[in-house]
Amino acid sequence: MDPKVNYLLRLGDNALILSQQLCRLCGKGPALEEDMALSNVALDLLGQTRLWYEYAAELEGAGRDEDRLAYHRDAHDFKNCLLLEQPNGNYADTMMRQFYFDTWHYFLIAGLTHSSDARIAAIAEKSLKEVTYHLRRSGDLVVRMGDGTAISHAKTQAAADALWMYSGEVFTYDAVDHAMVDAGIAPRADELCTQWLAHVAEIFAEATLAMPPKDAWMQSGGKQGRHTEHLGIILAEMQFLQRAYPNAQW
Amino acid sequence: MSVPKEAPSLASPKAIIPANAGILTERPIKRSMDPASADRRMRGDDGAAGGGFDEELVTRWLSEIPDPEIPAISITDLGIVRGVRVDGKVCHITITPTYSGCPAMQVIADAITEALRVKGVQQVVLHTQLTPAWTTDWMTDSGKQKLRAYGIAPPAERAQVIDISCLRAGAAAVVTSVSAASAVSRRGMHAVPKPAIACPHCGSTHTEVTSQFGSTPCKALYKCLDCREPFDYFKCH
Repeated sequence: MDPKVNYLLRLGDNALILSQQLCRLCGKGPALEEDMALSNVALDLLGQTRLWYEYAAELEGAGRDEDRLAYHRDAHDFKNCLLLEQPNGNYADTMMRQFYFDTWHYFLIAGLTHSSDARIAAIAEKSLKEVTYHLRRSGDLVVRMGDGTAISHAKTQAAADALWMYSGEVFTYDAVDHAMVDAGIAPRADELCTQWLAHVAEIFAEATLAMPPKDAWMQSGGKQGRHTEHLGIILAEMQFLQRAYPNAQW
Repeated sequence: MSVPKEAPSLASPKAIIPANAGILTERPIKRSMDPASADRRMRGDDGAAGGGFDEELVTRWLSEIPDPEIPAISITDLGIVRGVRVDGKVCHITITPTYSGCPAMQVIADAITEALRVKGVQQVVLHTQLTPAWTTDWMTDSGKQKLRAYGIAPPAERAQVIDISCLRAGAAAVVTSVSAASAVSRRGMHAVPKPAIACPHCGSTHTEVTSQFGSTPCKALYKCLDCREPFDYFKCH
């Protein structure tokens, strides 16, 4: 597969899987405002997914459109990072997953606005204000929950620790990522990682949370299609209609 | 010598982006007519030069199309119509989404096609443009007045980077910093002056945010501390 198509699918898959996870909470948020916020974030991510998929499908030229990419691929074809398919869990788990992702996503999208690929830069420019919103919100909630009650603090620290091993995959570059860096399309991993660590440390300090060790062993494999057992369940629900009634249309 | 606010610096990596990067996709919106078939239809016509309408007239027609989610304002008030070009009998309309996932875009595209068809424009080609990204600064003054009259607080003036202040801080704040790190940094956030969001019901600026996310992606939920009414605020974007 062409590296750029592969890279675009990774961007789209990350956004789509997290969007689907958040959509599963629609109507089940811990408060009305939280419920609306989750759906709003999910909607932003879904819109970004569509923009990435449209471009990937055009470059690929195989007659697939964004719906086909979303609904007609199996788990091993998805290239999202493992972090995003981790279960919603309790609200600390949901928001910590969001915060880890949002922090990386924000610095990535900011970097992509300078991409040598004009269309990627344009999509990034369109998305930047949205992901800025997302990061402000998730960072704030991490502070509120971490620096909250004894129970909320314990749950937030537990979520931070449990998800930590999934936080490094986005900085583990393979041949596809390196090809994008060399072409001036994507930002380098070390720059993003430095920014990510600095922002997470700042928020954790205010949230009275302990930073897990920086040299911890990190999970990887999602970008290459090797997923945890959770992705299959997400896809089974998301793709049900197209699996049961292939090519059905509204 | 005055320099346009948005002029790209030559040192900026952005300067390498071609000027036409804005037109990203033609026909991403289903049911729009593709230029090729429009051309074929043209050849089948009697070859008349124009269809009896020009850009100004088409723009006026577009200004009568209400936004599907906030019908008090039109799509031109909202600032999402970025270009109108009449080429013979073919009318090219360029629109830009407010938010990436705005579900109203399809409805707006259909409404444009339908409204122009009623006026006799048979061939409408819709283009979607992503950059420059839509901002609430493009909303017209009359649009803002209509929003207020409708019960929605219009967006605050001037947005470059929007500092969405934390919920604990109580209100949205606008900062001018464009540095990536400082745009999301919490340090010094409370020192940033916050724009006064006036209650659209009583005019009081004694208001506070209830939720940064409202009933649509473009709105936040506020309440007035004087008249006690809740209201929507059209977010600065």
